[in-house]
Amino acid sequence: MKIALMGQPNSGKSTIFNHVAGYKAVTSNFPGKTVKYEISKFKLFGQVSELVDLPGTYSLTSFDLAELEARKYLLNNNIDVVVNVLDASLLSRSLELTLQLLELKLPMVICLNMIDEAERKGIRIDIEKLSEILGVPVVPAVAVKGKGVKELFSVANQIGNEKKSGKVLKFSKDVEDVVIQLTRQIEQKEHEKKSNIPIRFLALKYLENDNFFIKNLEISDKKVLKNVEHFQNLLKESHGRHSDVVISSERHHLSMNIYESVVLLEKPHKSFIDYLDNVLMHPFLGYIFLGLIFYLFFNLVFSVGKMVEEPLLDYFYRLIPLMEKSIDPGTLSFSIISGIIQGLAGGIAIVLPYLFPFLFGLAILEDLGYLPRIAFLLDAFLHKIGLHGKAIIPFMLGYGCTVPAIMATRILESERDRFIASVLATMIPCAARMTIIFALVAFYISPQAALAVYILNIIVIIISGKVMSSLLPEVTPGMILEIPAYHIPSIKVALAKTWLRMKEFIFVAWPLLVVGSTVLSLLKYFKTDILINQFFSPVTLLLGLPIVVGTTLVFGILRKELSMLMLIQALGTNNVISVMSATQIMTFTIFIIFYIPCVATIAVLWKEIGSKRTMFTIVFTFLIALFLGTVTRFVY
Amino acid sequence: MVITLDKSKENQKVKVISISGGWGVRQRLGCLGIHPGDMITIKRSAIMQGPILTIIHGNQVALGRGVASRIFVEVI
Repeated sequence: MKIALMGQPNSGKSTIFNHVAGYKAVTSNFPGKTVKYEISKFKLFGQVSELVDLPGTYSLTSFDLAELEARKYLLNNNIDVVVNVLDASLLSRSLELTLQLLELKLPMVICLNMIDEAERKGIRIDIEKLSEILGVPVVPAVAVKGKGVKELFSVANQIGNEKKSGKVLKFSKDVEDVVIQLTRQIEQKEHEKKSNIPIRFLALKYLENDNFFIKNLEISDKKVLKNVEHFQNLLKESHGRHSDVVISSERHHLSMNIYESVVLLEKPHKSFIDYLDNVLMHPFLGYIFLGLIFYLFFNLVFSVGKMVEEPLLDYFYRLIPLMEKSIDPGTLSFSIISGIIQGLAGGIAIVLPYLFPFLFGLAILEDLGYLPRIAFLLDAFLHKIGLHGKAIIPFMLGYGCTVPAIMATRILESERDRFIASVLATMIPCAARMTIIFALVAFYISPQAALAVYILNIIVIIISGKVMSSLLPEVTPGMILEIPAYHIPSIKVALAKTWLRMKEFIFVAWPLLVVGSTVLSLLKYFKTDILINQFFSPVTLLLGLPIVVGTTLVFGILRKELSMLMLIQALGTNNVISVMSATQIMTFTIFIIFYIPCVATIAVLWKEIGSKRTMFTIVFTFLIALFLGTVTRFVY
Repeated sequence: MVITLDKSKENQKVKVISISGGWGVRQRLGCLGIHPGDMITIKRSAIMQGPILTIIHGNQVALGRGVASRIFVEVI
C-alpha cells in the first residue's frame, strides 16, 4: 500500500511520519521546512507499506517548487490513499486544500491534527458532521503525543483497500455553470488521451491560470486554450475580479461555510504562551530579546563545550606518550595507530562537545516557533541586502549545516533570491566550522575573539549580499509569511532531532576523520606531505601560516572540521598555541570559514543553482577567504 | 475610506477591497485567507519599514511592506 501525507505547511505531517518511520524527517515549528519528500517503508497489518511525507502546500496550484513537487508526486505515483493532515486550530483555511484534494478523486482520510490546540483556542469540531459533508473519514489526533496515529493508519488502510474517494463539492451556481461548460469542452478533447488527471481538477486549474497547466496547453492545444481564455474572461466580467481570485474565493467561501456548520466556538483558554509575542515581537523589546537569546545561546554552547573538551583532551594527551613506551615511534604501525587515535580523539573531544549543545539549542528554538519571529524582526535588514525576511531561515539553518540551508532556499519565491541566499548561506559558519571557531579561537584566544569572528562573518555576508544584489538588481516580491502559534517544545522530540542531525557527523564525518587522520600519518611517514604542502605554499605563505598547514586545507574541502583536526595532527601537538601565534590561529580560522564550501555543499549547490553558479561560488568564496585571511594576518 | 494596508495603523480592523498584485501574490494571499471581502486586524508594525503583523481568521501572518501596499482596504 502506498500512503501519501499531504497537508498545509506546519500541519504536522512530518511529526506523523516520524511516528511511523522512526525519527527520519526534520520537523520544526516553521511553515515549509520539508522541501523534498521522505519515503519510508513500514509494516501495516502485516503488509509492507510505503509512506511518503510530501512538502506542505497551501494549495495545489503550482506556486513554488515545493508545491509543484508535491502535486507532481500525487498525480503520477499511483497512490492508494492520501492522508490529508489538517491543523484543527486553523480548520477553515486548511479545508481549502482539502477541497482541492477531493477534486483529485483519490481515496482519502482526513487527520484532524492538533485537536488539543484547537480546543484550547475554543474551537470544538463536530467530527461526524465534517466527515459526512466531505464524504471521507475524519480521525482526530495529537501527533506530537502520538494520540490517534494508530487509528489514523488503520482507517487509511481500510480506505486504501476500498479505494473510496470523497465528495466533490460544488461552487455557487454561476461559477459552477462555467466550470461545467469548460469541463465538457475538455472532455471531448481529452477522452482519446489517457490522462490520470481528473477533468474537473484540470478545468479549475485552467480557470485559475495555473502556470504549469496553461503552458502545457500552449504547446499541445491552442483551441482549448482559446476556450479557457474565453471562460476566464467570462468570470472576470461577471465578478469584476481575475478568474483565479473568483475560484479561490469560491473555495474560501465553501470552506468558511463548512467551518461554520461543524464548529462550536467556546471561550479560549489563554496561557502565558499567548502573551509571549507581546515582548518577543515588540518593535523595541523584540530586538533586545533577540540579541539576548543569541548571546545566551552562544554562551551555552561555549561553556558546555569547554567543560567537556578540556578533560577529554587531557585524557588523550596522556595516551600518546603511554603508547610510545610500548611501540617504537619511528615505525609504520605507530604512525597508523596514532593516526587512528587522533582521529577518534578529535571527534569525541573537540567536535561533539560543541555540536551537541548547538544542535539541541537550535532544535528547541525551532520547535518553539521562534524562527519565523526572527524572520519578521529581521525582514527590514534583509531588504537592505536585497532579500526578504524569509531568507533568514536558510541562514539560521546554515549555522547547523550548509546542506539543508541550501535546500531551504526553496522557500524563497524568486530564482535570483535563491541564488543570492545560497551563495551567502555557504559563508555562514556551519556547526563544523563552529567547532573550529570554538575549539581554536575561543579556547586559545578568548570567547570575545570568537564572538568577533561571528560578527565579522555577518558583516562580510552583508557586504557580499549588497554587492550581489546590486549586480543582480530585481525587486524582491516581499515577504508573505505565516507566523505559527508557539508550541512548548518536547525534550524528547528535540533530542531525537539533535540525534538525527548528529548521526550525519558520527556515521559519515567521523569515519572520514579517522581515515583522513590515518592518511595524514602515512603521508608524513612516507614524507609525501611535503609535496602537498609545497603545492599550497603560495597560499600559506601569503597568509603567514606554517607550511605544514597546506595539507589540512585539502582535508577541509572534504569536511570543514577535518581541517582543524588535521591541523592539530600536522603540527604534531594538541596544544596549538605553543606552535602557532594568536594571529596565525585567527588567520587560519578566518580563512577556513570562508574558503571553498565542503564537498557535500558543492554537490547540493550543483543541483540547486547549476554548475556555472556553483563554480562562481567556489571562486568567489575562495577570493574572499584569501583577501580576509591576508588582512587578518596584518591587522590582527 | 480606502487606503493600502501598509498605511493602516496598529490595532485597526480593516476589510479587503481589492488586491492589485500579480497572479503569484494573489495566489499566496488567497491561500492564507486574504481575498476581497475578508477582515484583517493589524497587530503590529515593525520598525524601519519592516513588515506588518496581521491577524487573518485567527491566524498570524506577516506581510512585507511591498506586499501590503498592494492590498486595498477599508477601515472599519
